[in-house]
Amino acid sequence: MTVLTSFVKDFVSGKIRVVDLTQTLSPDFPSISLPPEFGQAWPFRIEEVSRYDERGPAWYWNNFSCGEHTGTHFDAPVHWVSGKDLPRNAVDTIPPERFIGPACVLDCVKESAADDDFLLTAGWIKKWEKKHGKIPKHSWVLMRTDWSKRTDPVDYQNYDEEGQHSPGPDVDAVKFLVEERDILGFGTESIGTDAGQAYHLRPPYPCHTYMHGAGRYGLQCLTNLDQLPATGAVVIAAPLKIRNGSGSPLRVLALVVG
Amino acid sequence: MNRPKRKNPILRTRLPTLPPGARSRIALGLTAAAAEGRFALQACRDCGSVQYPPRESCGVCLSVSLSWKSQDGKGQLISETTLHHSNDLFFRERLPWRLGLVKLDAGPSVVAHLHEAIRSSPSRVVVSARLDRAGQAVIVAFPEKEAAVMAEDVRLREFTCDPANRKILVTDGKTAVGQALVRQFSELKAEIIWVGYAEPWKKFPGFDELKKIPQVTLLPLDVTDSKSVREVAAEIGGKVDILVNNAEHHRALGIANRAGVETARAEMDVNYFGLLRLAQEFGPAMRSRGADGKASAVAWVNLLSIYALANFPPHGTFSASKAAAHSLAQCLRAEMRAAGVRVVNVFPGPIDDEWNQLLLPPKVSPSNLAKAITTALQNGIEDVYPGDVAQEWLERWRDNPKALERELSE
Repeated sequence: MTVLTSFVKDFVSGKIRVVDLTQTLSPDFPSISLPPEFGQAWPFRIEEVSRYDERGPAWYWNNFSCGEHTGTHFDAPVHWVSGKDLPRNAVDTIPPERFIGPACVLDCVKESAADDDFLLTAGWIKKWEKKHGKIPKHSWVLMRTDWSKRTDPVDYQNYDEEGQHSPGPDVDAVKFLVEERDILGFGTESIGTDAGQAYHLRPPYPCHTYMHGAGRYGLQCLTNLDQLPATGAVVIAAPLKIRNGSGSPLRVLALVVG
Repeated sequence: MNRPKRKNPILRTRLPTLPPGARSRIALGLTAAAAEGRFALQACRDCGSVQYPPRESCGVCLSVSLSWKSQDGKGQLISETTLHHSNDLFFRERLPWRLGLVKLDAGPSVVAHLHEAIRSSPSRVVVSARLDRAGQAVIVAFPEKEAAVMAEDVRLREFTCDPANRKILVTDGKTAVGQALVRQFSELKAEIIWVGYAEPWKKFPGFDELKKIPQVTLLPLDVTDSKSVREVAAEIGGKVDILVNNAEHHRALGIANRAGVETARAEMDVNYFGLLRLAQEFGPAMRSRGADGKASAVAWVNLLSIYALANFPPHGTFSASKAAAHSLAQCLRAEMRAAGVRVVNVFPGPIDDEWNQLLLPPKVSPSNLAKAITTALQNGIEDVYPGDVAQEWLERWRDNPKALERELSE
């Protein structure tokens, strides 16, 4: 019996389950927005081509449009200026084996509930490791905040006059994960891998800067992280193969035992 | 004016009928002026006579050198009559109807609809040309001394789109113009004001003040999202009497100073496709309600720009999107005409907002723009050019569009 036949056996018997970590693509899901003078990503939009009607009698289909960074999506290193000159840095050239990896789920629900601007620190991660073990090489590290349970877009985006307020990693946490744990990438439930106020960190947007600068990836707008164990799940996150694409919406699946 | 009774829901909703709409090409000169709120008659360049009805040549000296000149409309009502019978469907439903013969001080005599504030003849009156339900100019007489509001005459009210007691949708409440419109509609006693706002997570200045206005209901509405437009139309489309589409996307860029098409596309998506989406979702219900009792669907207002007539290169892609919207608004006007729903196109000069920050005055203030729109609705005007820049450009464009193009490229 090969590893794969034993996998299939466990999968078919239900011993291995699939958890969908993806938000539904719809115009209602909030989109990232930059200050109005900058270029903007298209929000997700959908237009009916035909629906068993005079436009196409026996078939139903739509045209949809969106930016590469819409809904649950993948960030490639080329997305950020720090990763622009790396080899194999776009969604079409990243080695496909790097889309699959073990997941470490950092439960920051309590901290995020207490502080919308909660910053995950290297110290916090080291404490987590004392309980759950060292983060393995080539892991997807997922920051669970239950932000995806904010179903009202106003709460999810959480803007005030100083901008967005949502949790994310601080500078040292990102450096630690990249340099000392050699992870595949970092994932969040909120609209960015960086905190809402990360523009004011030094450097601004540390997760984008260091993660992509080191050829690592980002996943954002994840959901159902509450259904994953702290360790032991496997995440499959394969973006669309867009030539020189900086990212793409994708279906993120986690395989869980039990 | 009191709120009209609500419609009786067990009776069939009447279908819209229109007064006779055929006009000769020459007679449309009266309509063209009335569309802007002016009363103009043909004047002979050779002998100076003013004439009515419009003709190919001067009735006095046979000269063909005629021009349309604005008139003050003053004259003497010499006789009046009340119609009790008509075979025309529009008038048949509205009898009795008063008409009078007015001898204008400028010379000709005209047959005019009489405002009910005119109590007797003979008396001094002022006539003006107004658009009727068919969108054609007719002549209406008001008392000379007394201020008379057209909408207060039960029959002439149908020639206006007065906001009083009407149910109004303003598509974008996030802008200063949108908020000024809402305040004025509220002061003019609109019954309901629905106010759309896109991207609800971006709270905007003025949101809390809008919520305090008693007639206001705020609705998430994004004209770039067909689903959103469809859902809002499904909820309120059958009730909207006046739709004001003020949603616009404006970036001050030409072709050369912005790479790529994304900004221009966003302008088209809001300014052109937004209008198309609204028209497809709200148009049918409004057309079916052109004669829905005293508070029927009456008007559709498009916030265009004077740049729709001639491209202003520093705002070049915005101008192009407004020109596209203007063209589509003409299509909408044709499609709404059969229902008697007036399409009001508004062509302001630069608005005093953040996207015109670096333009020198004069700029139209949001409240003056809103005032121009509500006045146009009250007076039944369909082409509005608010602000000094709009007025001046319009004149230059009419005089010589090529010259204006060249001047704007300096």
